[in-house]
Amino acid sequence: MHLEYTVVEGDFVNAGIASSSVKKTLKQLNVNPAVIKRVVVALYEAEVNAIAHAYGGKVLVDIDPQKICMTVADKGPGIPDIALAMQEGYSTARPEVRDMGFGAGMGLPNMQKNVDRLNVTSEVNKGTTVEMEVYFQ
Amino acid sequence: MKVQDLVDALNLKVISGAQGLDREVDGCYVSDLLSDVMGNADMNNVWVTLQTHKNVMAIASLKELACVIFVKGLMAAEEVIEQSNEEGIPLLSTNMQTYEVVGKLYNILNA
Ligand SMILES: Nc1ncnc2c1ncn2[C@@H]1O[C@H](COP(=O)(O)OP(=O)(O)OP(=O)(O)O)[C@@H](O)[C@H]1O
Ligand SMILES: [Mg+2]
Repeated sequence: MHLEYTVVEGDFVNAGIASSSVKKTLKQLNVNPAVIKRVVVALYEAEVNAIAHAYGGKVLVDIDPQKICMTVADKGPGIPDIALAMQEGYSTARPEVRDMGFGAGMGLPNMQKNVDRLNVTSEVNKGTTVEMEVYFQ
Repeated sequence: MKVQDLVDALNLKVISGAQGLDREVDGCYVSDLLSDVMGNADMNNVWVTLQTHKNVMAIASLKELACVIFVKGLMAAEEVIEQSNEEGIPLLSTNMQTYEVVGKLYNILNA
């Protein structure tokens, strides 16, 4: 099954729509609730990052009987130092975004903790692609 | 313990989502950092916060939290209230500060 969503820069009001839709789908497919929880945390964080740090992007989801693959790809400013960005507490979130409670620098660590495979690729001034896989068994 | 029991014990104002007052409560998470809540709150937790925007409801729904308590008498925007009513996750408000309401919650939930 293939699902696609679009996320728009600065559109915090709609943050979580892809995660919420994927959660519903996985529930309908009777995926283990503990696995759904992990998928939801990781996808929400990737979605929010495309909204907060980039100029929006696309969420592509593929579900097969064994696993879910999620790709969040944006055409944003990119991440100059991915290892640094992965560190808990590191954030370049703007003050107005921090005021909303984003910017703890916990999003990428949350993805790392909740997926079986995480791959972040990025090119400065081009964009960032976050690929995540979660196995159902 | 149900959300309604907390409303009664702490004299909380029910802003919205009243159909969810019979949701089961199991524990509490206190944070104003959204990724912290996303990563660490558990299903059926009460969430105490001073954030009142739409993403709070998104997280409460995704994490299947029992309810959200806004401190300092804070109110939520109309769109947030709408989503709370749709999802049946109550938004509650207290005039207490975080320290005070969480102290009381601790005693109630650990009784
Ligand atoms: N899609 C992206 N495009 C550009 N920069 C990004 C992107 N995703 C993450 N980053 C960079 O990596 C940093 C860390 O991201 P992470 O999600 O861990 O924390 P945060 O978004 O700053 O805060 P939080 O997720 O806790 O609200 C960001 O502050 C930003 O500098
Ligand atoms: Mg983030």
